[in-house]
Amino acid sequence: MADIVQILLSESFWAASLRIATPLIFGVLGALMCERSGVLNLGIEGIFVAGAMAGWMAVWLGAGLWGGVVVAALTGACFGLIHAVLTVPLGLSQHVSGLGVTLFATSASYFAYRTALPNVSSPPRIEPFRALDIPVLSDLPVLGPVLFQQTALTWLALILVGIVWYVLERTPLGVAIKAVGDNPDSADAQGLSVQGLRIGAVVAGSALMALGGAFLTMSAFDAFFFGMVNGRGWICIALVIFASWRPGKALAGALLFGAFDALQVRLQTQVGALVPGQLFLMAPYVLSIIALVVAARRAEYPRALLKPWFKGQR
Amino acid sequence: MMRIEPREAPGRLLTLGVPVLSALVALALAAIPLMLAGAPVFAAYGEMARGVFGSLFAFSEVLTRTTPLIFTGLAAALAFRAKLWNIGAEGQLYLGAMAAVAVGAGALDVPGWVLMPLIVVLGAAAGAAGMMVPAVLKTRFGADEVVTTLLLNFIVLIFVQMMLEGPLKDPMGLGWPQSAPILDQGMLPQLIPRMRVHAGLILALVLAAVAQFMLARSVWGFRLRAVGENAHAARHAGIGVNRTMLSVAAVSGGLAGLAGVSEVAGLKGYLTADLSPGFGYTGIVVAMLAGLSPAGVVVSALFIAGVFVGADSMSRAMGVSSYLADLVVSMALLSVLVGGFFARYRLRLGPERPPGRGPGQASGKEQGHG
Repeated sequence: MADIVQILLSESFWAASLRIATPLIFGVLGALMCERSGVLNLGIEGIFVAGAMAGWMAVWLGAGLWGGVVVAALTGACFGLIHAVLTVPLGLSQHVSGLGVTLFATSASYFAYRTALPNVSSPPRIEPFRALDIPVLSDLPVLGPVLFQQTALTWLALILVGIVWYVLERTPLGVAIKAVGDNPDSADAQGLSVQGLRIGAVVAGSALMALGGAFLTMSAFDAFFFGMVNGRGWICIALVIFASWRPGKALAGALLFGAFDALQVRLQTQVGALVPGQLFLMAPYVLSIIALVVAARRAEYPRALLKPWFKGQR
Repeated sequence: MMRIEPREAPGRLLTLGVPVLSALVALALAAIPLMLAGAPVFAAYGEMARGVFGSLFAFSEVLTRTTPLIFTGLAAALAFRAKLWNIGAEGQLYLGAMAAVAVGAGALDVPGWVLMPLIVVLGAAAGAAGMMVPAVLKTRFGADEVVTTLLLNFIVLIFVQMMLEGPLKDPMGLGWPQSAPILDQGMLPQLIPRMRVHAGLILALVLAAVAQFMLARSVWGFRLRAVGENAHAARHAGIGVNRTMLSVAAVSGGLAGLAGVSEVAGLKGYLTADLSPGFGYTGIVVAMLAGLSPAGVVVSALFIAGVFVGADSMSRAMGVSSYLADLVVSMALLSVLVGGFFARYRLRLGPERPPGRGPGQASGKEQGHG
């Protein structure tokens, strides 16, 4: 018990929580954006992989770190567009299309990586984003190390929480997106383009998801590995439900998740000899299922989620 | 003005033609990554064909690959028919394989006619139990089974690693994380001498036939289809929706468990954490290509297995990454989705007609929230 208290009081623990939460923040925001417009995007896991691969490869080919971020986002948007076209104008099963996009994006990324680097034993490294280390602010007690020694991508994630919240809650565009996800018929009656808004939301949301992947190869690590996304996309889908489709709660959920994950890593080093390490590795997935079960009862899904909509039909 | 119209009745030719066409489109699209990889395209296709049809051994390898895909394809097809989104076949496969080595690798030294059926039954039971967890979480708590089955895949795989470093570890395994081998009398017999294709294939074919019959002719199959087509109406008609869901979950999980049994007791002999290269996920593609028909699963599993075996052999010969196979499989899924759309609707150029039946009803009906 004293151990846990000590961990919770350490700055490095909170810094690690925020770091672990960062890709999830991007992913949850992206998934939330898609679902608010009425489209479940199970392409998320593959889009994470594609963002991680494309961003890393762009930097490796000399595009620069921010160039890599842009390439990752565009790659995510392209895969999002496939899902959007299949599910919105064609109205196909969102489940199957999403899984198809995940398989397609994953295998395309792996194939591209293997084709570009046929015979490397250890993956080539890039110079990743460095901690910002803002003068004065990063020397603040507690807040300094936790907030002001993160990389620029973590800051981008936090800023995007604010932007997505502002757009969804305070702008006509946000009202429109939520309207097509809740009641497309009345949105249409008000002259909104239901299909256009849905396609836009899915494409934008997918770009956000890809940034989560890019964080992995360009900030958390400095190389691309097979299997490095490791279910983070699926965890985001669970967190969106946990967060009731709200950006603020999504941030809280991702941080809570990051804190649990950081805690288990630290506990593992302390009691590792007593318990098999795999139990700790399972923790994030078990935690996500628990979060989902807890949230499921009171979950208020966007009312038109999974329902295709076509003009002129009620 | 372009508009979308339903076809009066999608004919038999169209229902059969779309999957075949989609498979061919996916194969043809493989030319793009092949060109990007700088390989001579026609020679590469030639190598793939040789890898599949080049010899009896080559084709027996395809049949060996087909076996687990029939099981996982059936698992997905039955579940999806009931709108139960079991994406957890990968995990259930490992549970089945674990049960097989737990009982078959020396724990019980009994004659083969006892051990073999025991391994099969326990493996299926383990897979079924694995799917009951998300199914109960769905029926009792309303937790979305898509996410829970996906997450359980990761949990099961880590559990397998834990078992392989603990209770199931082979003491003679020189420290490798692998289980002890299944006793000889417990192994499924080989079908052709000196080839790897084994009796698991026969079991898979029999179960596909049984599934086809049950789905089309039995009361259980009727309930399953009713729940899948419209859970609301099924409930009104007095069908126990949750009971049906749970039974479908058990059958689907059991079939996926058998994929693990057949891989471990038919092919590998012992369990490692890399037993399956994603057979569970590929089963979804198999099922979709088959139009969720159990009989069709056999054909599409054969096709997908051919893609994998052919691409492997092409990859060895020409140095193109064997991820090409995964790419073709994922493109086959996307093209069969799109193809299914064009089987049901046609695009017409012309003035808009008064609103009538369009894609909304038909596809909307299939999408009821799961």
